Amino acid sequence: MVTLHINGLEVSAEEGTTLLEASRFYGFPIPTLCHLDGLSPYGACRLCVVEIGQGANAKLVTSCTYPVEEGLQVRTASSRVVKARKMILELFLASCPQSKTIQDLASSYDVRQQRFKQEHDDCILCGRCVRVCEEQMAAKAIGFRSRGEKRSLGTPFDLKSEVCRLCGACMYVCPACQLRCTYTEPDKAICGGCANLSPPCLEKNSFDDMMCYMEPCVACEIKKD
Amino acid sequence: METLKTIDNFLTLQARLVADRDPGIPTLIISAGTCGQASGANDLIRIAKRELLSKKLTKKIHLRITGCHGFCEMEPSVLVEPRRTFYPKVTPRDMDRIVDAVAADAILEDLLFADPTTEKRIETQDEIPFFKNQVRTLLGFNEKVDPIRIYNYIEHGGYQAMVRVLSKGNPGWVIEEIKASGLRGRGGAGFPTGLKWEILAGQPNGHGKFLVCNGDEGDPGAFMDRSVLEGNPHSIIEGMIIGAYGTGANEGILYVRNEYPLAIKHLVIALRQAYQLGLLGSDILGTGFSFDLRLVRGAGAFVCGEETALIKSIEGMMGEPVQRPPFPVQKGLYGKPTLINNVETWANVPIIMNTGAQSFKKIGKERNYGTKIFSLVGKVKNTGLIEVPMGITLGEVVYGIGGGSSGKTEIKAVQTGGPSGGCIPASRFDLTIDYESLKVAGSIMGSGGMIVMDERTCMVDVAKYFMNFLKEESCGKCFTCRKGTQRMYEILDDITAGRAAREALDLLEELAATVKDTTLCALGQTAPNPVLSTLLYFRREYLNHIEHHRCPAGVCKSLITYSINENCTGCQLCVRTCSVEAITGEKKKVHLIDQAKCIRCGACRDVCKLNAIDIR
Repeated sequence: MVTLHINGLEVSAEEGTTLLEASRFYGFPIPTLCHLDGLSPYGACRLCVVEIGQGANAKLVTSCTYPVEEGLQVRTASSRVVKARKMILELFLASCPQSKTIQDLASSYDVRQQRFKQEHDDCILCGRCVRVCEEQMAAKAIGFRSRGEKRSLGTPFDLKSEVCRLCGACMYVCPACQLRCTYTEPDKAICGGCANLSPPCLEKNSFDDMMCYMEPCVACEIKKD
Repeated sequence: METLKTIDNFLTLQARLVADRDPGIPTLIISAGTCGQASGANDLIRIAKRELLSKKLTKKIHLRITGCHGFCEMEPSVLVEPRRTFYPKVTPRDMDRIVDAVAADAILEDLLFADPTTEKRIETQDEIPFFKNQVRTLLGFNEKVDPIRIYNYIEHGGYQAMVRVLSKGNPGWVIEEIKASGLRGRGGAGFPTGLKWEILAGQPNGHGKFLVCNGDEGDPGAFMDRSVLEGNPHSIIEGMIIGAYGTGANEGILYVRNEYPLAIKHLVIALRQAYQLGLLGSDILGTGFSFDLRLVRGAGAFVCGEETALIKSIEGMMGEPVQRPPFPVQKGLYGKPTLINNVETWANVPIIMNTGAQSFKKIGKERNYGTKIFSLVGKVKNTGLIEVPMGITLGEVVYGIGGGSSGKTEIKAVQTGGPSGGCIPASRFDLTIDYESLKVAGSIMGSGGMIVMDERTCMVDVAKYFMNFLKEESCGKCFTCRKGTQRMYEILDDITAGRAAREALDLLEELAATVKDTTLCALGQTAPNPVLSTLLYFRREYLNHIEHHRCPAGVCKSLITYSINENCTGCQLCVRTCSVEAITGEKKKVHLIDQAKCIRCGACRDVCKLNAIDIR
């Protein structure tokens, strides 16, 4: 067992657990988008940053990837952490404004403005779908491509993957828009409280970067032509 | 090529090579690194060979084709030993004259290097200010050895350090010696090399350990590692063998970016020769020590210079950094302890083992010992690769070695450390070059890029350039790095186009701080440096763009207009130069620029001899 301090409280945690697991176990909430129990930690969304260390050596690390260390001083909601999370959420709002999850998170952190150029992406490239496909479904049907601002998600060469079993796990774990494709009747589908009244798969033209790899879509059982 | 089975075999070979050498024979040394070949060194080599053969001089004059000597501005250059005569910018037409002159033991006065200020001809390389003010411990080898001939390297003391280490038979001593030398990682962060080696040596050796040479040099305007890899590949191989012996590693990987074809070619040859000679492989020189070394080519991602991303790349995965701890030295390549050092760090190892830690410490300053190679580029007279002792001031480098501004205006700043570094203004050129001082000044040592800028460089534009580079080269894993660099670029783009309000600066600073704080690897953590350092030292320029919609350097095209003042004598030079025919005017009368047609390229300003073109 490792003994460490979380927000001043002395706690013990099993060696090999992450700061996120330990903090949540002891009741300190930490927001995340890319973390999902059962998948390997990835550290893409950076929302789960916590402050560790003292004085000049204090730094922010992502709690989902950082392992517990003996004697570590962890602050899960210091002003530096909150400031960073606010800016991250502002960046998220600027990129994916229509996600209910992001809207709720931003609201809970009292983010009241968005000062960047507005974009309308769906995907935040958190990698949950990639990891669930590889780790839980052992399929590796989808993955990341390219780097930097051109990074995107998809099957190799954008062709229908031969290893995809149409399990739908990728859609199930998506944090940005969890309610997408959940209903069989398009006019009754409520997608994330956003402006879309129909599942995006029906309007493929207006959603070029749509994250749906199902063909036919088994979730809502609508065959696309 | 014979295989050396014992240490005695090696010493006999070395003694024979040294005895066979006659230093009195004149040698033509042609610098043929990538820069030399690009400027025509291959033609010179061909002509020199033909001349030597046709004039039957092959016994009397030797020819040595080497890597880059460093003076890129003067390529292709020819150096003649033993007089050390230096001929810069040699044209194919002059090559036969040089051969004749060497045969007659004469000097061609008209081809010698001319001092740019005094116009005086300088005969030997060592008297040229560019070379005189350097300490060329590593680069000095480049002119001595032909990179594709291992005997050449051995003849000049190569692999001697390795043999010394092997015959001593004490790995602990190797680490102590490196620790005592105070060598710090030349990749930029400056981690003590000896300490890293000690940690690796302390790791349990159940399933093997790896050594990696990081040759993924991706900074714009930096080519230090390339020149060492091209010019002296054996020094890195030797350094890695010594490192393996000291730390107990049994496998090594040279990771070199595929954009360096010549470096890869030379390394492949060097590796083959070292294996053939028995300096790599199993039971090296009969000591029972084995070390295998192979080459892995990088696929061209800047981020793969980061050590955890580099490991992913070697493993065949996407080049994405992962969380440290665990550090690679604990759990690295294929989950085994892995030690990663920069090319230059490895090249320093044989030098330390040859001369001893104490003599290595004589160069440099407290806690920053030894020399550092920089690629000095930008608006200086002498661009090229320089090697200086640490602790030298920026001013000495820029004015002493670089020769000052190459343009019409004064030098304004120098950018160190590539896209992760910052801009240091001329007012702070008394700053010494060492890991700590540069960090305090808001920049970093980095791997050694040094870009000099003059008054005609817009600092907002510079920050924008680096942000453009980073937004494309970020791996994209961390949201804050991917989006943060992209958003910073957008804001900078707005500023340079005159679209930004004053609040943009606050947002820029806030965003830069968040990106610095919340990203995983060094790429993201240092990505805001170009913005933050220019904001710190050149805030006035930013404000000029925002409030007055003016670009003082005359770079940002949306904010400037060109006009012609009364200095114009109507010489028509600019009229003929303008590619869009925007300038009109009769001879001997003041010309006029049509603003609607003008594309603000600045060509007229460059050709005008009377300073008649104004930028506003």
